[in-house]
Amino acid sequence: MATANVALAHDAAHDDHHHEHKETFWNKYVFSQDHKMIAKQFLITGIIWAFIGGLFSVFFRLQLGFPNADLMWLKPILGRWIIETNGVGQLDPEFYLALVTMHGTIMVFFVLTAGLSGTFSNFLIPLQIGARDMASGFMNMLSYWFFFASSIVMFSSLFIETGPASGGWVIYPPLSALPQAVNGSGLGMTLWLVSMVLFIASTLLGGINYITTVINLRTKGMSFSRLPLTVWAFFLTAVIGLLSFPVLFSAALLLVFDRSFGTSFYLSEIYIGGEALPNVGGSPILFQHLFWFLGHPEVYIVLLPALGITSEIISTNSRKPIFGYRAMIGSMLGIAFLSFIVWAHHMFVTGMNPFLGSVFMLLTLIIAVPSAIKAFNYITTLWKGNIVFTPATLFSIGLVSLFISGGLTGIFLGNSAIDIQLHDTYFVVAHFHLVMGSASFFGMMAGVYHWFPKMFGRMMDARLGYIHFWFTFVGVYMVFFPMHYIGIAGFPRRYYSWTTFETFQGFTDLNMFVSIAAIVTFSSQLVFAFNFFYSIFRGRKSPVNPWRSNTLEWTTPVNPGHGNWPGEIPTVYRWPYDYSKPGAEEDFIPQHIPYAQTPESNLPHEQELVKQEEADAKANDEIVVEDTNH
Amino acid sequence: MTQIAIWGGALLLLIILLTLFRISRLVAVVSEADKKRETNANKINAALMVGFLVVGFGITFWYSYNYFGDYTLPVASEHGVETDRLFWVTMAVTGVVFVVTSILLFVFPYMYQFREDRKALFYPHNNRLELIWTIIPAIVLTLLIGSGLKTWTDITRAPSADAVEFELMGYQFAWRARYGGADGVLGPYNYQLIDKVNEFGLDLTQQASLDDFMPPEVHVPKGQEVNIKIRARDVLHSVFIPHMRVKMDAVPGMPTNFKFTPTMTTEEMRAELGDPEFNYEIACTEVCGRGHFSMRLILVIDEPEEYEDWYAAQTEKTFLDLNPSYMERVPENLREVALISTGVEPEEVSNVVELESTLN
Repeated sequence: MATANVALAHDAAHDDHHHEHKETFWNKYVFSQDHKMIAKQFLITGIIWAFIGGLFSVFFRLQLGFPNADLMWLKPILGRWIIETNGVGQLDPEFYLALVTMHGTIMVFFVLTAGLSGTFSNFLIPLQIGARDMASGFMNMLSYWFFFASSIVMFSSLFIETGPASGGWVIYPPLSALPQAVNGSGLGMTLWLVSMVLFIASTLLGGINYITTVINLRTKGMSFSRLPLTVWAFFLTAVIGLLSFPVLFSAALLLVFDRSFGTSFYLSEIYIGGEALPNVGGSPILFQHLFWFLGHPEVYIVLLPALGITSEIISTNSRKPIFGYRAMIGSMLGIAFLSFIVWAHHMFVTGMNPFLGSVFMLLTLIIAVPSAIKAFNYITTLWKGNIVFTPATLFSIGLVSLFISGGLTGIFLGNSAIDIQLHDTYFVVAHFHLVMGSASFFGMMAGVYHWFPKMFGRMMDARLGYIHFWFTFVGVYMVFFPMHYIGIAGFPRRYYSWTTFETFQGFTDLNMFVSIAAIVTFSSQLVFAFNFFYSIFRGRKSPVNPWRSNTLEWTTPVNPGHGNWPGEIPTVYRWPYDYSKPGAEEDFIPQHIPYAQTPESNLPHEQELVKQEEADAKANDEIVVEDTNH
Repeated sequence: MTQIAIWGGALLLLIILLTLFRISRLVAVVSEADKKRETNANKINAALMVGFLVVGFGITFWYSYNYFGDYTLPVASEHGVETDRLFWVTMAVTGVVFVVTSILLFVFPYMYQFREDRKALFYPHNNRLELIWTIIPAIVLTLLIGSGLKTWTDITRAPSADAVEFELMGYQFAWRARYGGADGVLGPYNYQLIDKVNEFGLDLTQQASLDDFMPPEVHVPKGQEVNIKIRARDVLHSVFIPHMRVKMDAVPGMPTNFKFTPTMTTEEMRAELGDPEFNYEIACTEVCGRGHFSMRLILVIDEPEEYEDWYAAQTEKTFLDLNPSYMERVPENLREVALISTGVEPEEVSNVVELESTLN
C-alpha cells in the first residue's frame, strides 16, 4: 500500500509537470478527466434539468389549481399543446400526462441520480479518501458524456410533434408499448427508451469507478472504519445502482422488443383501435416486477447520498461527533440490502398473488427500523451540540424533518390493507415527494452550499442561502403536506381534472393553495441560481477550511489542481468525527493529525495507538528509502 | 401598455433587489460579520426553527380538526371499516412519533445554537440507547404488521360460492359491466371476438353467454358479498370505488378480482349525507391515456329485494335482446335455448337472420 502511494505521488508530480503545458480549454472544461471538473459538469447539468423539471410541475399545477384559467399566454412557449375550448386556452390532456411523466423522469433520474450521486460521488470520493483521482479518469469522463447524450435525447423528445413519453415515469406497458393508446407512446417513448439506455450506461460506468476507487485508492490509514459517512453512502449507492440498473435495462430492452419486433413479453389479449392484436401470453405484471426491482432501490440511490451528506454536515456544524457512527453504517448496510427485497410493495393491488403481498408487506415494514435509527441518531447528534447555522446546516436539518414526515407515511403505504385505499392517490404523491424528492433535493442543496468553497474556491452568500432555505422549506411543506388530506379524501393521481366525479369535487381551494405554494417555491430557486452563478465568479474568496471540518478534502489547497494534493497525500490517523474532543484546544481535530500530536485529548485506547503510529512511520521511512534507491 | 408596465416593474424590482444585495454584502465585509462564528444570523435561524415548529403544528392541528369531515370519506363496506380502523391506529402511532421527533428536531437547534463560551458534548455513541430505539420501533412495527396481515388475508381470501358476481371491464375510456343473466353464470369470452357492438368479446357459441346482460349502471345488493371480476381490454386500468375502499388493477390478459360487502344502500347514504344527488362512483386509478380522469361509472347499492327486481328486469335486456343480429353467431343447436332466454319470438329472429344473409 505504502509503495503504491509513493509511486502514485511520483506519477502525479510527473503529470502536473506535463499538464501545465498542455492544458487547453477542451481538455480542462469539456473532455476533462479530472473528477472535480466532471463533478461540476454533473452538477450544472443537474441544476439545468432541475429548473426544466420544476417548470413542468408549475405548468401542471396551473391546470390543477386553476382549472378554468385561460392559459393562452403560454401559447408562445407551448404552442399546440395549448388547445382552445370556448375561447379559453387549456392544457391538452395528453400533454398534461406528458408533463407529469417528464417531471418524474427528469427529477428522479437526471436531477437526483445524476445531479446528486454524479456530483458528490465524483467530487468527494477521491478528496475524502485521499486519492489523486478516480480509478479510471477516462471511464469517468465517459460516464458524464453518456449522461450528456442521454440528456440531449430526452430533451429533444420535448420538441417532437407527438410529444414526449406520457405513460407516467413508470412507463407501464401496454400503455407505453402501443402508440395507438396514447400519442406519447410513439416516437416520444422510443426516445425515452434510448435516453434511458444511455443513462444506465452512464450510471454503470460511474458506479464501477466509485466502487473501485473506494476499495483500492484509500490513502494510508484510511480504513473502512475511518471513512466519512458520505463516502460510505456513495459507496453503497454505487453498489445498489450496479445491481439494480441492469434490471431496468432488461425491462427496457424487452419493451423495445415488444414495441418494435412483435414480441409479446408484456402484451396479451389486447383489442385497441378497432382491432385485436395478435399478441398473447405476455404479462404486464412482469414489467412491473422488473421495473420496481430497479425502481425501489432507486429510491435509496437518491436518498442514501443525501443522508451521507447530511451526516457529515450535521456533525461538522453541530461541532459534535455523529452519534452512533457504526450504527449509521450498519443501518445504511441494512437499507442497502433490504432495498432489494421490498419492490413489490408498489404492486399490492396489481393483481399480484395476495400471499406475495403479505411477504412484501413484512419486508417493507422491516426497512423502517434502520430508517428510524438514522433519524434518532441525527437528532441525538444535535443534542448538546454547539450548532452553527450555515445554509448547509439548515438544509440538513430540513432533510431530517422531511425524512421523518415522509418516512412515517410510508408505514401506512407499506401496510397492504391500508394501501388498498391509498394506492395511486395524492397520499402517495405527498409521501414520496417528501421522503424521496424533497429530502434528496435538500441533501443536494446542503451539499452544494457546504462544498461550494472546495469546488470553486469561493463562498456562496450565506444570507441569500438563508432566504433560499426558508422559502424552500416552508414552501415544500405547503405544497406536499396538504396533499395528504386530498389523498385521504381519495383523489387519484395523474388526473387532468376532477370535475367528472362528484366524489372529487371538493378541495378546489386547497388545490389552488398548493399550486400557488408550488409557484412561489419554484421561483425562490432563482435566488439559489443567482447565488450559485454569481458566487462562482464574484463570491468572497474561501479560506482553506471554512467550516473547520475534519475530513481530508480541506487539507488540499483552496483551488486544488489535477492530482488534488501538490505534495504527498496526507496519511490518516483517526476517524473523521473528532469534534469538541475533551481536552483539545480547538473544537475539531482533522483526520490527518496523528494521535502523537494530541496527547491532551487522546482517549486511553487511542494513547495505545501512538506506539503503533511510531512503528508505522518508521516502517514507512524504510520503504521510501528503498524506493528511491532503485 | 400594461405589458410594458409589468416588465418595467419587474426590471425595477430586480434592480432594487440586486442593489440591496450589494449593499448587504459591503456592510458584511466592513463589519467583518462573515468572520464571526456567533452571529445574529445564527440567532435568527435558531428562532425561526422554533417558529416554524409552532406555526406549522398550529395550522396542521387546526386544519385537521376543523375540516375532518371534508377529507374523511364515509365508508360503506365491511372490510372498509377494518382498513379505516387500521389507518387511524397507524395515524395515532405515527402521529405521536411525528410530534415528538419534530419537537426535538426543531427545539434542539434553538437550545444548542452556537456560543463561543460553550463546547459541544463529545458523545459518539451509547449502545443501550441505540438498542432501545432499534427494538421499540421493531416491536411497534410488528404489531402494526400483524393486524395488517390479518385484515389483508381476510380481504384477499377467495370469494364464497354464493357471492353476487359481475364482471367489470375497463377500456379507453370507460368501464362496462356484465352480469350472468338468468342462469347467473358469466359466459366465456374471447378478445378476438370483440367488435364495436360486442364490446366484451362474448363467445355466443357457449350457452352461458346467451343470457348475459350489460347494464348502463352497476347494481349490487346491500349486506351480501359481492365479487367483481375485473379485466381490461386495451391497457392497464384500475377499479377504484372510494366509498367501498375497493381498488384493484384491470390487466389485459390477466383477469383479477376483488370482493366486498356493501353495508349502506345508495338511499341510506343519501340520507346520511343529506345529499339527494349522491351516487357511489367507480373511478380509474391507473394512468391509461388521454381520458384517464373521465372513466366514471355509477354504482348503485340496493336493498336485496330491490336488487332482485332490478336483476329480473335486466334479464329482459340481454345482449341478444338488444342486438338480435348476433343471433346468427349462435350455433343451430343452441338457438332454441337462446330464443327462450331472450323471449323473442322464433319467427322474428329467423326473419332477421334471413334478412341479414340476403344482405350479405
